[in-house]
Amino acid sequence: MRTGKKNLNFILGMAITAFMLAFLLIGVFYTPYDPDAMDGAAKYAAPSLAHLFGCDHFGRDIFSRVMKGTGTTFFVAALSILLGGTAGVLTGAFTGYFGGWLDEILMRVNDAIVSFPSILLALVFISALGPGKYNVILALGIVFIPSFARITRSNFLSQKEMDYVKSARLMGDSHLRIMFIHILPNVLPSILSMAAIGFNNAVLAEAGMSYLGIGVQPPDASLGRMLSETQAYLMSAPWCAVFPGLAVILLALGFSFLSDGILGKGKAPGADA
Amino acid sequence: MKYIAKKLGTLIITLLIVSFLSFLAFSVIPGDAAVSRLGTEATAEQTAALRKEMGLDKPVLVRYGTWLRSFAAGGMGESYSYSMPVREMLRDKLPITVALTLLSFGLILVISIPVGILAAQQEGKWLDSLIMTLNQIMMSVPGFFLGILITYIFGLLLKWFTPGAYVSVSDSFWGFLGYLIAPSIAIALPRCAMCVKMLRSSVVSQMKLDYVRTAYSRGNTGRRVMFRHVLKNALIPVLTFWGMTIADIIANSMIIEQVFTIPGMGSLLITSISNRDYPVVQGIIVLVAALVILINFIVDLLYSRIDPRIRLK
Repeated sequence: MRTGKKNLNFILGMAITAFMLAFLLIGVFYTPYDPDAMDGAAKYAAPSLAHLFGCDHFGRDIFSRVMKGTGTTFFVAALSILLGGTAGVLTGAFTGYFGGWLDEILMRVNDAIVSFPSILLALVFISALGPGKYNVILALGIVFIPSFARITRSNFLSQKEMDYVKSARLMGDSHLRIMFIHILPNVLPSILSMAAIGFNNAVLAEAGMSYLGIGVQPPDASLGRMLSETQAYLMSAPWCAVFPGLAVILLALGFSFLSDGILGKGKAPGADA
Repeated sequence: MKYIAKKLGTLIITLLIVSFLSFLAFSVIPGDAAVSRLGTEATAEQTAALRKEMGLDKPVLVRYGTWLRSFAAGGMGESYSYSMPVREMLRDKLPITVALTLLSFGLILVISIPVGILAAQQEGKWLDSLIMTLNQIMMSVPGFFLGILITYIFGLLLKWFTPGAYVSVSDSFWGFLGYLIAPSIAIALPRCAMCVKMLRSSVVSQMKLDYVRTAYSRGNTGRRVMFRHVLKNALIPVLTFWGMTIADIIANSMIIEQVFTIPGMGSLLITSISNRDYPVVQGIIVLVAALVILINFIVDLLYSRIDPRIRLK
């Protein structure tokens, strides 16, 4: 159902995401200051023209650090979605299309994992793998597999009974061709919407883990870590917390709007996953 | 009865899967517990001896069996870093996390039910759009950032509570509860948003059904239709979502506890992860899994009580 409301979500999501993407892409090539340079004179400097977002307890420019940190968060979230999405879609496609006992077992395991809070599962993997950027990606990626597998499987289940699949089969197309050339494009909207929800979750999870000190490690700039460092001097320099926090919110919000825009309004995230 | 037995079966299988997965995760990592306990100074013989003593030289499945048997008997192993039974370490922490979870869940119910119904009644009007936009924003706010904001505004500026001054239950029950209010708001608000969204869409879809038209045509008022007819049906899908929400609260309270320096299971989990104290991590994970599964079980039972059709499926 294409209504004006729905497009508004999509447009808003696109605008916020494009803005954040531009912000972090510029940060890759140019930051006003070196994000790690400490300036003793600028300790706890309030936001001003020289330092748009102010400076932290080492006199580091927060604007530059937020630029780098947003980049790290985006990188981690994007790669973990790519990893979990690919593995999940492949699993869901094969089990949904072919069915059988493997499908039964995998879906039982899936149900068990989905009912367990994903952030805790990610923490388990992190404690086994150790902290660090790539381990966070791996942990989040694994955690996202079941939700992608589930939604892909249920879509494949309903699509494979459709007439167009039968006629493709009669024309002698191979199973693989039917799965990925014929069916996949039809189920893409739900997968994309899932990816956008997943992205929102990944951003929040990465920020949370880095906040706890078991996510991205220095020297990689990280929004979550900035937030945890600032807590000790919140009273004297609240801007150190506000701007990294805002960056996390905008990044997550953009994808949350996008996911609603792709699928339509009124569904809670995870409700249909 | 058959329904309950079937559900109990799934429940036990789920618990087995989660505990085995977390057991496996800690077994495949390089550098095992014996090494981390002895440090780098130890000789190869010392490590091998300790490994044998801790039973680390046996295959994974055997070790899992041993662990499972002791778990069934109520034991959860011993912490590597504190040389203390995990069970005793968790015993003091669990009530704190449970209290925080219940308080947050209560807040979610109190806020999200009226707001969700209001949004559904105003569907398509400006108030609905406002609520839904606020919702969308709330869902993207990380709970710990909300915690920091609350600390700053209500703790530091308005001085309604003292950040970091945790009061234990043994000192003062009301002081303990009072300190938990701020963190539970930080946990509740993002999840309120999801619950409002869920309830709204459920009520809206019920309002389109025939029985609602019938109820109106028989002369019922809008209020009566909503509370006597629609809400009963609309709450069914929301019930499952509440179950998921409680699980989510437990997980997120682990992070929020760090923000407000509450010495609950979360703080213990994070320290144990940093120290690679696997028996403690394992104990907490299995305990949380058991809680989550128990909640799902209760939801399933409530579900079949409210809606008898479910039992027949």
